Amino acid sequence: MSATATFRIWRGDTAGGRFQDYTTPVAAGMVVLDAVHRIQAEQANDLAVRWNCKAGRCGSCSAEVNGMPKLMCMTRLDELPLERPVTIEPMQAFPIVKDLVTDVSWNFAVKRRIAPFRPRPPDAPDGTWRMAQADVDRVMEFRKCIECFLCQDVCHVLRDHQRHTEFIGPRYFVHAAALEMHPLDVEDRTEALRREHAIGLCNITKCCTKVCPEQITITDNAIIPLKERVADKAYDPIRAILRMLGA
Amino acid sequence: MAAAEYQTHEHDVLVIGAGGAGLRAAIEASAAGVRVGVVCKSLLGKAHTVMAEGGIAAALANVDDRDSWRVHFADTMRGGQYVNNWRMAQLHAQEAPARVRELEAWGALFDRTPDGRILQRNFGGHAYPRLVHVGDRTGLEMIRTLQDHGVHQGIDVHMECTVIRLLKDGERIAGALAYERERGRFRLFRAGAVILATGGVGRAYRITSNSWEYTGDGHALAYAAGADLIDMEFLQFHPTGMVWPPSVQGILVTEAVRGEGGVLRNKDGRRFMFADIPPLYKNQTADNEDEGWRYTQGDKSARRPPELLTRDHVARCIVRETKEGRGSPHGGVFLDIAWIREKLPRAEAHIKNKLPGMYHQFKQLAGVDITKEPMEVGPTTHYMMGGVRVDAETQMSTVPGLFAAGECAAGLHGANRLGGNSLSDLLVFGQRAGEFAAQFAKQHRAGPVDREEVDAAARAALAPFERRADQDGGGGPFQLQAELQDFMQDLVGIVRREEEMRRALDRIVELKRRAARTTVVGNREYNPGWHTALDLDCLLTVSEAITRAALDRKESRGAHFRDDYPKKDDAAGRVTTVIRKGSGGDMQVAREPLPEPPAELKAIIEELK
Repeated sequence: MSATATFRIWRGDTAGGRFQDYTTPVAAGMVVLDAVHRIQAEQANDLAVRWNCKAGRCGSCSAEVNGMPKLMCMTRLDELPLERPVTIEPMQAFPIVKDLVTDVSWNFAVKRRIAPFRPRPPDAPDGTWRMAQADVDRVMEFRKCIECFLCQDVCHVLRDHQRHTEFIGPRYFVHAAALEMHPLDVEDRTEALRREHAIGLCNITKCCTKVCPEQITITDNAIIPLKERVADKAYDPIRAILRMLGA
Repeated sequence: MAAAEYQTHEHDVLVIGAGGAGLRAAIEASAAGVRVGVVCKSLLGKAHTVMAEGGIAAALANVDDRDSWRVHFADTMRGGQYVNNWRMAQLHAQEAPARVRELEAWGALFDRTPDGRILQRNFGGHAYPRLVHVGDRTGLEMIRTLQDHGVHQGIDVHMECTVIRLLKDGERIAGALAYERERGRFRLFRAGAVILATGGVGRAYRITSNSWEYTGDGHALAYAAGADLIDMEFLQFHPTGMVWPPSVQGILVTEAVRGEGGVLRNKDGRRFMFADIPPLYKNQTADNEDEGWRYTQGDKSARRPPELLTRDHVARCIVRETKEGRGSPHGGVFLDIAWIREKLPRAEAHIKNKLPGMYHQFKQLAGVDITKEPMEVGPTTHYMMGGVRVDAETQMSTVPGLFAAGECAAGLHGANRLGGNSLSDLLVFGQRAGEFAAQFAKQHRAGPVDREEVDAAARAALAPFERRADQDGGGGPFQLQAELQDFMQDLVGIVRREEEMRRALDRIVELKRRAARTTVVGNREYNPGWHTALDLDCLLTVSEAITRAALDRKESRGAHFRDDYPKKDDAAGRVTTVIRKGSGGDMQVAREPLPEPPAELKAIIEELK
């Protein structure tokens, strides 16, 4: 690895901004976030960046590195071509706050709109439940989500079409799937998924799955099964006839 | 500064911090019918609780029916070397099971026993499998459950907002002054009760598992408001942090690796932990490798392997190996879980299933496949046992209306915390703090705040923008923070000495002077340089408190190890070190007698020794 590398970092705020080059020493094992921190400490004290755990577990340091949505703490420099500048810019699907920080508050508001967990009555007189490990394992994949919002960042419906008011995005389909497939949950969210959360707008291009740092198979395991539930409930012709007959 | 410049919020209960303790407290207070606000430095759900990997200690006795609150209580006291607050240890052991079941009722999912109940795993210092867990991401499961439950309860959350001063009306708490990161504007919170749940102090050290947030804010805010701090000399160094590559140094490697059968070896391949087993644990520790392995696989007749001794002891053994030249290439020792393939069919899948986070972390950050090769690990600054002195039942500090819960409160863990006891601590005492803060707020409406005090605090916070960079190079905020971390690591670390700690105090005095002259560039909007400059005050306060308390305790006990006083001292074991602000503003150290446990608890301790 070369002794120094150049990082082309977007600097700016709501009024606009531009890329600025910073050259800094690099060493074996470094990740992009290390380089950003070093630049921040030595050359640009006011460079805005979110981070916490530095181990891929909190989902704070999401950004676009050489155009790819990534967690900066899990992107090693030895995976990147360092002979040319490494570009680092904020997520594009959300409004900018400053430098690498975006306003992701929309995501937190979306979650409040999804019906919360509602368990069946306890299985045992002491108020506890019995569950099989296999049933727990089935939803574990969805519960790994670290809410980094990279899937929201690449979703066409949000990024290109800006349908934030009607569409909840892959993160919240994963959240809904975790609740719907929770072994104890008895709430029915299918109608809301169809009408209020616009699951039909997802045209399963699988971009979200591709960028998920937790390797959650978002489209195949969460969104498609939810779409099937919705279709089964709302569009099954026999059920439709039964509904017409008032059954 | 005109009053109009503060956006003002009114709550009955203000919770500072949104990790496990803060969220659990907020949920409880909100359920009691009062208006609750939560202020947190990061986004919701990013607090360090997400990093907790091992599990929640609770004597459910699902896996081993010999377990009970009594055994959990005795384990906690033994782990804390008997300087714990006995009443907190008792309440914690008694109430943890109910707090866990409640989490399940709110949607948390834990690994199961074959008959469908909550599974529990082994951990250091716990006599029986006691840790409720889900793989190695229990903290994430817990924080997400609390977060989702809390937001549907209508709690107001002020994200990316940092409190810089607690405000009082006479002796009683009245609110807090904070700034929000995004625009850098000040916010004034008025509240009848305030709960501190700000977590730890790890950023005072160079090698730490803690993120940027853990600058001892709650400790320093409480101290400045006149509250007592206790046990500040007891800082836990987790034995297994990553040591290579340099950029990930300090990141936690869960104790669950050892709970699942992982072993520690030096460069000669020797399991060095067998060489030094403390007398207090001799009866409960395996004396051969086979017995240790059988214990990790659930054999009830086997005793635990020495790798699962308490964290303070394991950390010191690792330091000894490296100091004596038997360490790994990058200055740690080897932690090996891959070896279990000698014992288990499909060991690779088993490791990935039980420790998915660790597999991922080592693969991606160090290029190490833990199913095939050993990890390199060494001690990392992890957890502060000391903190705000609180009443065991209510969690109220010595300042009326000011409560504290979780890592920033003290008492439960004594001289050393057992793994798994912090998640249960957050739940048990978060709940209690929420309940009693709500009760207090119902009886006491928010008092008036002193505008002059608020203005003065706001002006002081903005001072780094006003100063001119001076000639003799006071240093920028990041440089000052790094210097502090370096000398605290070197002079007040795992092994301590009077002369070194005196030097650390001199450095703290010097750094305080320079911090008062530091300057920041840019404007108030999302400016990490400015935030770091403000954090320095808290870091310097807790560093001084740690150093003064450590100087005062002239013995070795738990996490506090003195090279110049390497033995335990019975007299020192009967006192608590108290730190408080003197009338002249200087930091004072006092020794106060520990409360004596009642006879029935003493009997439990003796019986289970």
